[in-house]
Amino acid sequence: MNRFFRTFPTLLRVGFSGALAYRAEMLVWVLATTMPLIMLAFWTAVAHDAPIGRFGEKELVVYFLVTFIVRQLTGAWVAWEINFEVKQGTIGSKLLRPMHPALGWAADNLAAMPMRVVVSLPVAIIMLATTGGVGLPKTPLLWLAGMLALFGGWAITFLVNLVIGTLSFYMESSVKVMDAWTVLVFVFSGYLIPIELFPKTLRAITEMLPFRYSIGLPVEIFVGAHTPSELPWLLARQLMWVLAFLGLFLVLWRGGLRRYAAYGG
Amino acid sequence: MIEVRSLRKEYRVHKRAPGLAAALRSVFRRTYETIVAVDDVSFEVAAGERVGFLGPNGAGKTTTLKMLAGLLHPTSGEAHVDGHLPRKRERAFLEKIMLVMGQKQQLLWDLPPAETFELNRAIYDVPRAQYQETMAELDELLELGELVKKPTRQLSLGERMKCELAAALVHRPKVLFLDEPTIGLDVSMQASMRAFVKRYNERWNATILLTSHYMEDVLALCPRVVVIDKGQLSYDGTLEALVRRLRPEKRLILRLGAEVAEGDLARYGKVVEHEKLRVTLQIAHADVREVVPAMLAAFPVVDLTVEDPPLEEVMSELFARTRAAREKSEKAEKVGKTETSNDEKGDEA
Repeated sequence: MNRFFRTFPTLLRVGFSGALAYRAEMLVWVLATTMPLIMLAFWTAVAHDAPIGRFGEKELVVYFLVTFIVRQLTGAWVAWEINFEVKQGTIGSKLLRPMHPALGWAADNLAAMPMRVVVSLPVAIIMLATTGGVGLPKTPLLWLAGMLALFGGWAITFLVNLVIGTLSFYMESSVKVMDAWTVLVFVFSGYLIPIELFPKTLRAITEMLPFRYSIGLPVEIFVGAHTPSELPWLLARQLMWVLAFLGLFLVLWRGGLRRYAAYGG
Repeated sequence: MIEVRSLRKEYRVHKRAPGLAAALRSVFRRTYETIVAVDDVSFEVAAGERVGFLGPNGAGKTTTLKMLAGLLHPTSGEAHVDGHLPRKRERAFLEKIMLVMGQKQQLLWDLPPAETFELNRAIYDVPRAQYQETMAELDELLELGELVKKPTRQLSLGERMKCELAAALVHRPKVLFLDEPTIGLDVSMQASMRAFVKRYNERWNATILLTSHYMEDVLALCPRVVVIDKGQLSYDGTLEALVRRLRPEKRLILRLGAEVAEGDLARYGKVVEHEKLRVTLQIAHADVREVVPAMLAAFPVVDLTVEDPPLEEVMSELFARTRAAREKSEKAEKVGKTETSNDEKGDEA
């Protein structure tokens, strides 16, 4: 464990240098994640005459701007990286090191966060200026729960990336699986439509699926959709998905390495 | 340090004919073929030895190195490296070894190599003082200088390879597997890489197993060679003995002051090359003492050197002989089988 604490800061520092080197890529990523802003325009137009559920125009602005920020801060992209490294055989150099490659990828992802915060700040300022921050948490406890859910959301997104990336040990290319996953996230995470606006049955199903816990849950907490008494159960559900994907990743990784060792890279 | 016993590696590869129909068929029904990449290979390498691991393309060299580095699991047989089973990939094992592949890189592409060095220092938990000492040595031996501060993508192939080696040695591995480390490098860069590998081996008594298609690398670095072809070991011994066994002849290379008829030259040995004033003769090793003074007396010799035949020729002869022997034994086996089945038919009749 001591070793981990000696190693991880350097991994983060090098990862941060990497994130700075990919400035252009970062900009493209930000442009690619502006869907909540488009949805914002759409839904505020719809809500112009009458509120939708509990969402008036201001509430919708807060919801989609918070969604944009949450998406920035929970983003992960390691599935493409693993897929590329397995196909190119460069994964070998990572396997030669006395450290699980997932730690390196996690550090790379986390190290890019400061850049993402920089992108998110103007959006947060605009939100506060235009809406006065209606619905945002009023107590430190809710903010803490929101931050925990944000980290949980990142953990789910990152671990799903690891799981799907690891599938490249088993199939020709796992990138298509990632594309399919992304579409499901768009629909069922609250990214395009707040989940509380879903029909009752669909909402009940969505709450059982993992997608909501990657983006929707932190957004819901930040826009004040939950009372403090609901939070432990929701966070526990999110933790359950984190552990489930971690377990799935470890099983797939072990099997994947066995296949790699058998068939070569 | 390295013990390899009856190592075997089989791959199952997907096989399909070219064309759209075959592509569509392969969606529903795939056919596989088993390829034996390494077949019953055994050898040992002592601590501090430098061994050339040679063979033509597809001989099984890289597969063997990957098994020794723990990246591939053997189908059967065993390998031990400094008492470890590589396939277990224990931390203590990974801290002792490194595999450098000339065609694969570990340097972070968009960052200066210094960042990869620092990353490896952290991953291998190298104490800061030892790291600084190692980097100072690597800097001096490889003349890294300002290179380590430029983004890797802006380095030339040779510069990058220097930095790859440096990154691989941050933790001072006791065993170094080098897979074609000089591929694509210019002559002077090849020479400096060789000098460096030799210095590293001498300085740290590191064990080095090297594959290369450049015979200069082998000549300069490897007193011993292990040769494999089609996955099977075909020679293990000193380079000198290999050359003596396959090509006991010597080559006399003469530069003449005036042209001489080929017939006159042929009286002293086999004329391998004759280009106006430059002649290469092949003669028996035992005849060198007699032939050299006789030629000096008979012809207007400006310059004369005695050399072994080029190693490339020796190696191709070894591969040709091994293949011929294998084909012969396979043929004999086939004939034996046919005769046996004929005998059985005869018995039945």
